[in-house]
Amino acid sequence: MTTYIVKRLFAMLITLWLIITLTFFLMHAVPGSPFNEERATNETVQKNLEKFYHLDKPLYVQYGLYLKSVVTFDFGPSIKKSSQTVNEMLGRGFPISFELGMITLIVAVLSGITLGVIAALRHNGIIDYLAMTIAVLGISIPNFVMATLLIQVIAVNWQILPVATWVSPKHMILPTLALATGPMAIIARLTRASMLEVLTQDYIRTAKAKGLSPVKIVFKHALRNALLPVVTVLGSLAASILTGTFVIEKIFAIPGMGKYFVESINQRDYPVIMGTTVFYSTILIMMLFLVDIAYGILDPRIKLHKKEGS
Amino acid sequence: MELRKQPERHIAPNIPDEWFVPKASNQAEAEAVVRPSLSYWQDAWLRLLKNKLAMAGLTFLILLTFMAIFGPMMSPHDMTEQKLVNQNLPPSSQHWFGTDELGRDVFSRTWFGARISLFVGIVAALIDFIIGVVYGGFAGYKGGKADHVMMRIVEILYGLPYLLIVILISVVMGPGLFTIIFALTITGWIGMARIVRGQVLQIKNYEFVLASKTFGTKTSRIIRKNLLPNTMGPIIVQMTLTVPSAIFAEAFLSFLGLGIQPPFASWGSMASDGLSTILSGHWWRLFFPAFFISLTMFSFNVLGDGLQDALDPKLRR
Repeated sequence: MTTYIVKRLFAMLITLWLIITLTFFLMHAVPGSPFNEERATNETVQKNLEKFYHLDKPLYVQYGLYLKSVVTFDFGPSIKKSSQTVNEMLGRGFPISFELGMITLIVAVLSGITLGVIAALRHNGIIDYLAMTIAVLGISIPNFVMATLLIQVIAVNWQILPVATWVSPKHMILPTLALATGPMAIIARLTRASMLEVLTQDYIRTAKAKGLSPVKIVFKHALRNALLPVVTVLGSLAASILTGTFVIEKIFAIPGMGKYFVESINQRDYPVIMGTTVFYSTILIMMLFLVDIAYGILDPRIKLHKKEGS
Repeated sequence: MELRKQPERHIAPNIPDEWFVPKASNQAEAEAVVRPSLSYWQDAWLRLLKNKLAMAGLTFLILLTFMAIFGPMMSPHDMTEQKLVNQNLPPSSQHWFGTDELGRDVFSRTWFGARISLFVGIVAALIDFIIGVVYGGFAGYKGGKADHVMMRIVEILYGLPYLLIVILISVVMGPGLFTIIFALTITGWIGMARIVRGQVLQIKNYEFVLASKTFGTKTSRIIRKNLLPNTMGPIIVQMTLTVPSAIFAEAFLSFLGLGIQPPFASWGSMASDGLSTILSGHWWRLFFPAFFISLTMFSFNVLGDGLQDALDPKLRR
C-alpha cells in the first residue's frame, strides 16, 4: 500500500511538472510580448515593465523563476489588471467555483445512482426505458445548451427562479442543474450496467435464498459492489464538472474562477492563464489520486502494491 | 413439524439386455447446419439492424451528412451574405431558420456548422485511431520492458486535464479549425491506445496466433491478419464515442470564443451568439444549432451503444 502511494505520488508530481513546463513553454511560444498591443509605451517604460515581469532575462532563468513561483504558490501580479495578483483572483473566485462544483458533484452522484438503481431493478420495464432515455439525453445535450434552455423556460417564461448570479440558494438551483445533468447521466448508465451485472451473481441469489428483505439485498449486498465502477469515474467526472464551470459561470454571471480564466484567455493575460491552469491541474490530479486510493480501500480484492494490468 | 414419510426405494425391474436397442443415428442430420453460416461482421450487422434506436441514429447521421454537403447549396442565401435590413428575422419561407443580427441566413449557417462539426469529429477520430492503434498495438505485442515504459508514459499523459490543455493550445496557436483538431488529438489517442493494447495483450496468447507463429508467419503479417481484425470491435465502438466528444469539444471551444472565427460558423459559435439575444426573444438563433448539436451527439451515442452490443461476441445467439 505505501509503495503504491509513493509510486502514484511520484507519477503525480511528474504529471504536474509536465503541465507546468508545457504551460510555460506554450505561453512563451506566442509571438510578441503582452505589452506591445494597445497604446505605444516609450522604451524606458517598456524596459521597466519587462524587467518587472522578468521578461528581459533568458528563458531558462524565467523558467526557474516560474518553477519557484509555482512551488511557493505565488503566481505574481496580473498583467492586464495590474492592481491585482493572481493569488487574489484565485482566492476570490475559487470558493465560489468550489461551492458550485461540490454541490453539482453531490447532486449528480446521488441522483445518478438513484436513477441507475431504479432502472436496474425494473430492468426492461417502462421505468428502465424512461430512466435510460433521460440518461442518453443528458449525455447528448451540452451543458451550455441545457443552461440556456433552463434560463429560457424556468427563469424567463415561468419566472420561478432568478436568471443569474450567485447570491442565495435560490440562485444556485439553475446553474447546478445545468452542470449536473451530464455527469448524472453518465453515473446513471454506469450504475445501471454494473447493478445488472451484480444482481445476477451467486451471492445475491444466496442472499435471496436466505430470505433477506429486498431492501437489505439491494443496499447491503448489491449496491456496495455495484458502486465500484462509479468510483473509478469520479475523478474524470470532477474534471468535466470543473471545466464545465467555465461555461456555466459565463452564462449565469457567477463570479467564480472560471470567469477569471475565460477573461484571461480573451485578454491574453498570461500570468493569470498560467496560474489558473496550474491551479486547476493540481486540483484535478489530486482528485484522480484520491479516487485511486479510495478505490483500493473500497475493493479489498485490489492489492495496491501489485502492478496493475498484466 | 410433521414427520415426512420416508420415500419408497425403487428397485429396478428385471429388464433383459435385448431390449436395449441403439437409436438409429443419422450422421447427416446430426451435422446439419442449423443456421446459415455468417461472418462476424454479417452477424453484427444483422444484430445492429434489429436495434431500432441505433438505426434511427444511423439514419439521422446519414441525413446529416447529406445536408452538410448539399444543405448550404439548397438555400438561396449564401452563408456569409449580410443584409442588415433582414436583421433577426424569425423563420419564414424566405429564411427557413430565420436570420441573425447581421441578416445572415441561419439555415445556410446551420449546415455549414454541420460540416465543421462532422469534419472535426471524424478527422479527430481518425487521427486518434491511427496513433492509438500503432502505439497500443506495438506496446501490447512487444510486451515486457517496452510495454512497461510506454504505458507509464500513457499514464502520465492520462493525468493531463484534457480540456485545459485544449484551451491552452487554442490560446497559443490562435483559434481555428486546425488548432482544434491538433489540440483534440494531443491527448485523444490515449484512450484508443489503452484499449488496443489491452486487446492485443489478450489475443496474442491465443492458440491461433501460436499456430500462425509455428508456421513461420512474419510479425507484421500476424499483427495485420491475426491481431487487428480481432480487436476491430472495441476499436470501432471507441471511435463512435470519440466523434461526439470531439464535436462537443469543438462546440465548447467555439462557445468560449476559441473555436471557429467569423464569418465562418460552427454550432458552438452560433449557440454562443444566439445566447446573447435569447432574452430578446430571438429563440431560433439558439434553437437550431443547439438542437442539431444535441441530436448529433444523441445519434452518435446510441449508435455507439448499439455497435457495442452488436459487436460483442458474447451476445451472439
